[in-house]
Amino acid sequence: MEPINKISGKIAPLPMNDVDTDQIIPARFLKTTNKDGLGQQCFFDWRYTADGGLREDFILNQPEYQDASVLIAGNNFGCGSSREHAPWALQGMGWKAVVSTEFADIFRNNSLKNGLIPIIVDDETHRQLMSLAEEDPTTEVSINLEDQQLILPDGRKVEFPIDGFSKYCLLNGVDQLGYLMGLEDEIVEYEGSHDKRVVTTA
Amino acid sequence: MGNQSTPQTLFEKVWNNHIIRPQTETTPAALYIDLHLVHEVTSPQAFSLLRERGLKVRRPDQTLGTMDHSTPTTPRNDLGIIPVLDMQASAQLDQFTKNCEDFGIPMYSLGTENQGIVHVIGPEQGFTQPGMTIVCGDSHTSTHGAFGALAFGIGTSEVGHVLATQTLLQYKPKTMAVRVNGTLADGVVAKDIILAVIAKIGVGGGTGHVFEYMGSAIRNLSMEGRMTICNMSIEGGARAGMVAPDETTFEWVNGRPYAPQGADFDKAVEFWRTLPSDEGAQFDAEVVLNADELIPMITYGTNPGMGMPIDGRVPDPDKQATVSERMAMDKALTYMGLQPNEPLLGKKVDVVFLGSCTNSRISDLRLAAKMMDGQKVADDVRMMVVPGSQQVKKQAEQEGLDEIFKAAGAEWREAGCSMCIAMNGDQLAPGQYAVSTSNRNFEGRQGKGGRTFLASPLTAAATAINGHITDPRTLYVPEMA
Ligand code: SF4
Repeated sequence: MEPINKISGKIAPLPMNDVDTDQIIPARFLKTTNKDGLGQQCFFDWRYTADGGLREDFILNQPEYQDASVLIAGNNFGCGSSREHAPWALQGMGWKAVVSTEFADIFRNNSLKNGLIPIIVDDETHRQLMSLAEEDPTTEVSINLEDQQLILPDGRKVEFPIDGFSKYCLLNGVDQLGYLMGLEDEIVEYEGSHDKRVVTTA
Repeated sequence: MGNQSTPQTLFEKVWNNHIIRPQTETTPAALYIDLHLVHEVTSPQAFSLLRERGLKVRRPDQTLGTMDHSTPTTPRNDLGIIPVLDMQASAQLDQFTKNCEDFGIPMYSLGTENQGIVHVIGPEQGFTQPGMTIVCGDSHTSTHGAFGALAFGIGTSEVGHVLATQTLLQYKPKTMAVRVNGTLADGVVAKDIILAVIAKIGVGGGTGHVFEYMGSAIRNLSMEGRMTICNMSIEGGARAGMVAPDETTFEWVNGRPYAPQGADFDKAVEFWRTLPSDEGAQFDAEVVLNADELIPMITYGTNPGMGMPIDGRVPDPDKQATVSERMAMDKALTYMGLQPNEPLLGKKVDVVFLGSCTNSRISDLRLAAKMMDGQKVADDVRMMVVPGSQQVKKQAEQEGLDEIFKAAGAEWREAGCSMCIAMNGDQLAPGQYAVSTSNRNFEGRQGKGGRTFLASPLTAAATAINGHITDPRTLYVPEMA
């Protein structure tokens, strides 16, 4: 994974609460065995009409949001299934960060592992960003991961939380598997001192 | 081990028991995983990662695969084989077979005797036991918490982590006590409890928490009922839900193929008895529900938190507190084609789906069959009955439940996820209404444009008979209990 520190980009609004992963990437697209093409299928049923045209009533289809890369989403974004296809699809569609007041746990974990930055802000900042995105689609924000700051167009810096470990991995472009592999001795010790609970191969 | 003098919750005991490296200021805890379940949909990219890095599966003997999500549930052909007509699904299943073979993982392939929905077969075969840590690339892994295991869904990257190291990095979640006191009335079942809990706390209400369900109404539930409840913990935002193991649990586990046998079982029970939360253990949050007041529940909207008592009226978006709630409800009602203040009782439906890891176990089928015995599915209604596993199917056929469903005009199908997720061709047509015993009523979940009302197996059966949404208590006679 590429190291990530600074991101800047235009914002786009998705002013709905509880957007679930079935909307982000409908289940019928999960029959794939890789990550290709998921970007085109992202928000598929909201994005396209039955005959494959763009739906005018879907806000992210508006021309002025086409080069946006920071999604301002409603509360509890990414609820529902554990499919990691959701962050893969969002990234495939061009999103680098999602801003909300809350994320579903599994979605947040999955996003962090793929370099899609979930940014939690307070209600007031969220309202401000949502109206900025709706009123002026040229609005840009920047994100400084190292300082954990979201920098608004007026220069205001809003701190956001991220756990130190995920931050380290993102800044250095390392994934967590390497760290886990390094625990080999401790894993062996645990296995040696605990009864195995179940044997599936028996 | 924790401090002996501090009372611990069930969750804390299981958590502490599996720590390889404790959480610090800068790193999450590393947790040992006792059982890793894998299915065809969320694992392929994880196996690819292993191949890319030249890694093997650390504990194939603590890993189990099954096919369930994209498998057809259509009847077998003359050779006894269930044909897979969808090319992409077929390729995914073939890849899964190869992955399990290459890495030495035991796997239940389509149509074989133990195959079924991953959260049905784990408990059924005795893999799922109290005190264990269990993960799967599937959010309804919470189901296994019914046994007092810590069980939760993970993403595909994490599936790769567990395959390679049998270990997972996790921050310690908070705990929430979900207390359900009182006694359920006739016609009110486990599904109604959990729909009521989620309606109360909302779909994000449990975010960051592990639930422990407790109270007399939970104690009095069968294991199947407890599984139904834990299954939907994720629908309340909690990654895991747990029930303290007790005699009901031990009795259910005893004698299952992969459970400890004989003296080992007695030893295990001795350990399992130490797991329930200690007197005075502290929870970070609590929610209380009174089972005496519960009636059958149904959802009206497009997330599982949009639920109400079945005799209620669809809420009015204009009466919601915040703009975003108004918008969300407006959007949901438009999708569902419902009007504010409309009653749901009497609403015509097109399809009834009895199945999914929430409600496809033998007791669910028995309950619905009792109600449907000698009855007919209404003329213009399609009812699909999809057992959770091949074992459930076999058992039901031995008891003649399949005959009851078929005589009523329902479809009796092969085991799998089916119309819960609509990946396999079992799906609603746009605009169709379904009463479904599954766990998600998200837009398009059961087929693009399909509209789902979530309810219990009893409500589903009653609705199938009348052809419109029906309070099962109007058909349910107490001696059925
Ligand atoms: S039955 Fe539905 S919820 Fe359960 S594992 Fe299958 S798709 Fe997921």
